[in-house]
Amino acid sequence: MTSILVIFFGAVFVNNFVLSRFLGICPFLGVSKKVETSIGMGMAVTFVMGLASLATWLLEYYVLVPFNLPYLRTIVFILVIAALVQFVELVIRKISPVLYQALGIYLPLITTNCAVLGVALLNIQLKYNLLESVVFGVAAAIGFTLALVIMAGIRERLELVFIPKHFRGVSIALIIAGILSIAFMGFQGMM
Amino acid sequence: MIVPAVISLAVLGLLFGGLLAFASQKFAVDTDPRVEQIRELLAGANCGACGYAGCDQFAEEVVAGRAPLTGCTPGGAKVAAEIAALLGLEAPEETARMTAQLKCVGDCNVAKKRHDYLGVQDCKAALMYGGGPKACAYGCLGYGNCVRVCPVEAITMGENGLPVIDTDSCIACGLCSRECPRGLIDIVNARGVHHVRCKSQEKGKQVRAVCDRGCIACRLCVKNCPVEAIHMDNNVAVIDSSICTNCGTCVEVCPQKAIV
Repeated sequence: MTSILVIFFGAVFVNNFVLSRFLGICPFLGVSKKVETSIGMGMAVTFVMGLASLATWLLEYYVLVPFNLPYLRTIVFILVIAALVQFVELVIRKISPVLYQALGIYLPLITTNCAVLGVALLNIQLKYNLLESVVFGVAAAIGFTLALVIMAGIRERLELVFIPKHFRGVSIALIIAGILSIAFMGFQGMM
Repeated sequence: MIVPAVISLAVLGLLFGGLLAFASQKFAVDTDPRVEQIRELLAGANCGACGYAGCDQFAEEVVAGRAPLTGCTPGGAKVAAEIAALLGLEAPEETARMTAQLKCVGDCNVAKKRHDYLGVQDCKAALMYGGGPKACAYGCLGYGNCVRVCPVEAITMGENGLPVIDTDSCIACGLCSRECPRGLIDIVNARGVHHVRCKSQEKGKQVRAVCDRGCIACRLCVKNCPVEAIHMDNNVAVIDSSICTNCGTCVEVCPQKAIV
């Protein structure tokens, strides 16, 4: 139980996917203009990352390891994540149009989110078992959501302040991301 | 070495492909093909002038019969007729092309200032701080909220602190009109060229005290208009652009040069 908690909080704060591991930077900058959309994106990522952790773990230990094919890991994981996201999209569209509307365009976007592949590969590298993998996946996505929402909150305020012309837009966003990242380094060594 | 790799990947690919094909059959959602077709017809600016969240939703609502055929302002009469044809309905009557017009001439050279404002560069924020820096309680604040909301970039901030509207690229979505905290942007018939660029309801003396060009309600334009297209409304002259012939008489007679 303790190890699960350590994995959870470790992935959310200490090794935050965006701010410490620098995975998933593209949506971090692209979808962090409004708090509302960033929460939507976060929900979709959490959902997909949890499922992807489960699917890739099963694939690794029931297909790749028995058949002695670990060198195919990356490409197989990409394949499974892409297929999974498409499948989930189809199912959600049928079963819950409301959720489909809420997740909207973010769901297909996640197919190419490197954080999802990152979590799948890290699960194998860190030799987690099935439960730990899923917890790690969900926690990493929650960490991603946390970073996204914080960033969106800051950027909503940035809209209203005077910023020198050459810093406007992405440049100020990157500077803020850097400062945030330094702030999150404060969690390092806490666990 | 290479054979098991190829086989396993091919099998996995087939498996996922099959799964997706099965899922797309099993979980197929019936959509009305007309929604897609109407979506293609629309102007596609996602401006929200129709009152719905983007073109996709408007297309759905039109097919469902909940939105009017003429809802797409940027598309105008042409799109409305095309939608009507597609849905097998009667084409709505031709509506005039509309455009946004700024109703203020009080740029920083002619309008007096009451105080300096160094806060957030936003009209609504400036207005909250003592009613805005300009002495005129009706004048344009000039912090460009309209410039920022325009979906087609038809509004630019002019050199002397008033927004300039490019009526050719304006799609009359009305976002600027709703955004302006002083309601200085009107959506008017695009064939009218001249407008009274002032909305001050103050009497002439008070207007003169705060602005060199505001409408002082002298009624000269009303008297001189050959087609009686101008009337007074709360101490401001208003030109009815559906009657106006664009003759320009009012522009010449206006002592304040408030009609442009």
